[in-house]
Amino acid sequence: MELFTPDFGLIFWMFVSFAVLFLILWKWGWPVIMKGVSDRADLIDKGVEYAQNAKQQLDHAREEADNYIADARRQQADMLREADKMKTQIIEEARSAAQSEAKKVMDAAKVSIEQERKQAEQQFRNEVSSFALDIAQKVVRNQMKDGKAQEQLVNSLLDEMEKQN
Amino acid sequence: MKRNILTAIMMAVMALLLPFAAAASDNKDEAGEKSGAFDAQGIIFDHLGDRYGWELPFNHHKSIPLPVIVWGTDGLHVFSSARVEHGKEYRDGNTIFRVAGTDSPYKGKVVEIVNEEEVKPVLDISITKNVCGVFVSVLVVIWAVMSVARWHRRQGMKAPRKMTGAIEFVILFIYDGVIKPTLKNKANKFAPYLLTVFLFILVMNLLGLIVIFPGGANLTGNIAVTLVLALITFFITNIFATKHYWKEIFNPEVPWWLKWPLPIMPVIEMFGVFTKPAALTVRLFANMMGGHMIVIVLTLLIFIFAAMGPVVTGATAVVSIMFSVFMLLIDVLVSFIQAYVFTMLSTLFIAFGQEDGHHEHKDDGHSLAHSQTLSTDSTVKTV
Repeated sequence: MELFTPDFGLIFWMFVSFAVLFLILWKWGWPVIMKGVSDRADLIDKGVEYAQNAKQQLDHAREEADNYIADARRQQADMLREADKMKTQIIEEARSAAQSEAKKVMDAAKVSIEQERKQAEQQFRNEVSSFALDIAQKVVRNQMKDGKAQEQLVNSLLDEMEKQN
Repeated sequence: MKRNILTAIMMAVMALLLPFAAAASDNKDEAGEKSGAFDAQGIIFDHLGDRYGWELPFNHHKSIPLPVIVWGTDGLHVFSSARVEHGKEYRDGNTIFRVAGTDSPYKGKVVEIVNEEEVKPVLDISITKNVCGVFVSVLVVIWAVMSVARWHRRQGMKAPRKMTGAIEFVILFIYDGVIKPTLKNKANKFAPYLLTVFLFILVMNLLGLIVIFPGGANLTGNIAVTLVLALITFFITNIFATKHYWKEIFNPEVPWWLKWPLPIMPVIEMFGVFTKPAALTVRLFANMMGGHMIVIVLTLLIFIFAAMGPVVTGATAVVSIMFSVFMLLIDVLVSFIQAYVFTMLSTLFIAFGQEDGHHEHKDDGHSLAHSQTLSTDSTVKTV
């Protein structure tokens, strides 16, 4: 059979075979494959998108967590500072309260001391005056005769007493 | 170590061939006067051509019988090719058939003997070796595609492995690499045809390289096979073509004097419509046939040099076999390239038929694709 002149029998069978092959693949082969491949491509695309989203969310979550931590730190610092301030304030207040209390006590003490002193002074005066009266009585009793000298004596005694105090 | 193995193989080949060489030279001495010189051309065309029955390896006398179907002068005759083997005559009813000899104008075809004259039957649709090869290829392609389809039906979203994965890779290579970028939104309409053509040609090419039974038929190196494929592309291109495509043929945008009074451009364009399938036919046919022919010639060199004595034969054998193996490896590459080129050109031709309007934009793609084709072709030619 010649190589360069197409043989009818072969053309005929070739055409029939190709038609059968094409019809079979067209009906049962290619649509399934094309659909399967495009479905798989979609799935892969979706998977990639999902992964990207997940990564983004993870990054976001990490950022958020960092933010929370920073926030917490700031709050902690604030609280510490606040506490410190409060402490100094309390100490200050306590100190001033103590001071004022102490002053009050001192004042009260001063007042009472003054009173005591005045009382004591008064008492002393009273005693002195009673001593003076006693002395005067004694002097009067002893030296009733010389009235003038007695009077001088009394006065000089009183002056001495005054000087002593 | 490797070199030692190689040497051993070469020695073995030489040793095996020496008796053959001696026998060949003996034969030549005896038969030299009778049948003339060693008929290299006959052997080459015998191997490249078609025949009734499929020869078994290492055996010239027995072949797998295939049905001969002829419509003779008195109707349909179906008989086994074994009945007309080796020039035997076969009587079916009142009609005598035989395979015409080398000196007949119907060389190698089944002819009817009417009044001692050879008459060509009206119709000869025998299942010849090539037809059978086409059937085998069809089955292989169906198996290949269906295995991928089955995977998609059953395994759904999982990625296929091994053979199924390889086939799917090839399919997607063509679909995503050739069909989708060229046909764009019309890709899915023509993809079934183009993918079928690609796999069919690829399988036929590769089966042609396998020397023994299920392969060995020189299918894509036969002009009838490539002609059918090119014609189908031709019909698809022109049947599905847009108005714009036909306008470009009959009334292209060229200076008016190229169209009237002499319709030079329309004639050239019309000519182009028919040269496209012709180019497709001849390209695939010539490339594949050339590859087969080179391998056969290289093998025949051994027998041509057999006349020069055992040493020359042995040396030729080693060199020839090395070159043959090299050429067969190249042919594996060419098988893929030619299937790819045929599919790519078919896609381009169909895409030209799908153009509508946007001229400049399309032209870029056209020239680019064209240069690509040319470069691929020149690569193949140099090969």
